[in-house]
Amino acid sequence: MSSSNTDFVLAVEGLTVSFDGFKAVNDLSFYVDKNEIRVIVGPNGAGKTTVLDLICGRTKATEGSIKFRNKELTKMKEHQIVRAGVGRKFQTPSIYGDLTVFENLEISFPRGRSVFGALTFKRDAEVLQRVDEISRMIFLDELLHTRGDLLSHGQKQWLEIGMLLIQDPELLMLDEPVAGMSVSERRKTAELLRTITKDRSVIVIEHDMQFVAEIADKVTVLHQGKILAEGTAEHVKQDPKVIEVYLGH
Amino acid sequence: MSYANLRTLLPKNDILNFAVLALILVVVLPLSMDLFRLNLIGKYLTYSFVALGLVLCWGYGGILSLGQGVFFGLGGYAMAMFLKIEASSPENTAIQSTPGIPDFMDWNQLTELPWFWQPFHSLTFTVIAIIVIPSIFAYIIGVAMFKRRVGGVYFAIITQAVAAILTILIIGQQGYTGGVNGITDLRTLFGWDIRTNEAKYIFYFLCVFMLFLCLGVAQYVRKSKLGRLLVAMREMEDRVRFSGYDVANFKIFVFCLGSAFAAIGGAMFTLQVGFMSPTFVGIVPSIEMVIFCAVGGRLSIFGAVYGALLVNWAKSTFSESFPELWLFAMGALFIGVVMAFPDGLAGLYSKYGEPHVTRLLDRFTSSKSKTSGDSDLPPEMEAEGGNS
Repeated sequence: MSSSNTDFVLAVEGLTVSFDGFKAVNDLSFYVDKNEIRVIVGPNGAGKTTVLDLICGRTKATEGSIKFRNKELTKMKEHQIVRAGVGRKFQTPSIYGDLTVFENLEISFPRGRSVFGALTFKRDAEVLQRVDEISRMIFLDELLHTRGDLLSHGQKQWLEIGMLLIQDPELLMLDEPVAGMSVSERRKTAELLRTITKDRSVIVIEHDMQFVAEIADKVTVLHQGKILAEGTAEHVKQDPKVIEVYLGH
Repeated sequence: MSYANLRTLLPKNDILNFAVLALILVVVLPLSMDLFRLNLIGKYLTYSFVALGLVLCWGYGGILSLGQGVFFGLGGYAMAMFLKIEASSPENTAIQSTPGIPDFMDWNQLTELPWFWQPFHSLTFTVIAIIVIPSIFAYIIGVAMFKRRVGGVYFAIITQAVAAILTILIIGQQGYTGGVNGITDLRTLFGWDIRTNEAKYIFYFLCVFMLFLCLGVAQYVRKSKLGRLLVAMREMEDRVRFSGYDVANFKIFVFCLGSAFAAIGGAMFTLQVGFMSPTFVGIVPSIEMVIFCAVGGRLSIFGAVYGALLVNWAKSTFSESFPELWLFAMGALFIGVVMAFPDGLAGLYSKYGEPHVTRLLDRFTSSKSKTSGDSDLPPEMEAEGGNS
């Protein structure tokens, strides 16, 4: 492996994935610092979601390396990557509609993840306390016993964020967390993201440039599987190439 | 186990469900039926083991197996092999050209007991084999399928293929298996005649006892976090996977558990009916078992038992008078269930009957426990993605 160990939480180097010859991600390299909030933007089909899929192991890389705390992720299985400390939120809210908010959070609590562990799992004080804490954070503490199906779209998004938080991942990846939210929900989400990102690194995919400017430490603009620009939100906004392929539309 | 844990495991409604079922199976039916009918009920109950396994696999885990007859058959055959060896003592089979081996082997010019029959001389081995062999078989299928993420319709088709293969194998290897006739003419268990009325009563109650044991295990599983995980996997498999669970292992576990239940049912079948044959292994019986589960309610462990009883009772009554119409009625029943009440009888009950029962129960228990400050459990303790 050509890549060397670094101080970065996440080091992506020379990452390439091709689907039947089409390179959705092409020789991509970027680094995420400890406690950094990185936002990935780009036009449709730029490969943003694919990058997250690659990091969390849902898609296997054709080439290149992904190192999380100097641990190679490309060879690991999805659940091993999660256990190593990478959490992933999907684009459409993925929660368990038949289970209550409490149960959704409880399942995500990082204990009893083996078959035997799940059979002998006990709802002890620690679990109850964590669920309580997280549910307050995601504004759902009054709805703990409501079935997931009955939540609004925004609440489902928050619940899924909460399900990741309870895992306490070191790297959190959010795919369009405010898509489809109302203005007030958006504001609350931005506030939520600020609190949850305090002691972890976060990668966010987002379209809303105003929201991006609000939360991002650094922005990476992807286009056709490659990095078009990288820097602060201000910096990329002025980049003529970015205006041309993305913001101009 | 503390009181709170016990309440989680057995909410009031489920205690009632257990009690009603026990009352019906242990008191009402044995007292109201003649032995012939009771023996039939015992036979139907053996299918409810399979339906119970399907509730966990299919209803909870979303894994539709159309080959549960395989495991029912494996359990049944294991039991039958033990009984057949005992029935084939040299004295009983003195007229054969090779006395001391099962009759069908003699007819097929075998001269000694095949190696894989040898361990079935031992009842201990047989009892272990009834559960372990089908579980191992299910484990192999499970690992081969679920680790490769084969699921849904593809999995169902493969289980059908397995059922077909096993039937063909049993019929083709008649020297070793008894062929299409199966293993028949079972007589005694340690010299105790299993064909007497007394034995039939005992086996009926043994069957009921085993059923409650399995119901207890199923209740524990569905009330544990594993039960909720199965529901979660059914809905959003990727989310479970990306919450750090190895999804395949949970599917393998529940598939093995369902198979073990089916195998116990098969063994009970052999004991009560007195033979085992490939007609209970193949595709058609496997699909029928899914129908029992669907009619009873695929999310209810109790529904599975009632479903198996009711459909089989209807089958017997109906096919006594209109044998050729039964299959159409069965098909219509399945279509009707899927279209009109997808949660089966249990779904109807939890919609129309249970609210009244709960109110009555609450009135009854609250008048007794008002002083103890007994508060109801929060609803999350009860919800399990379905009804009971």
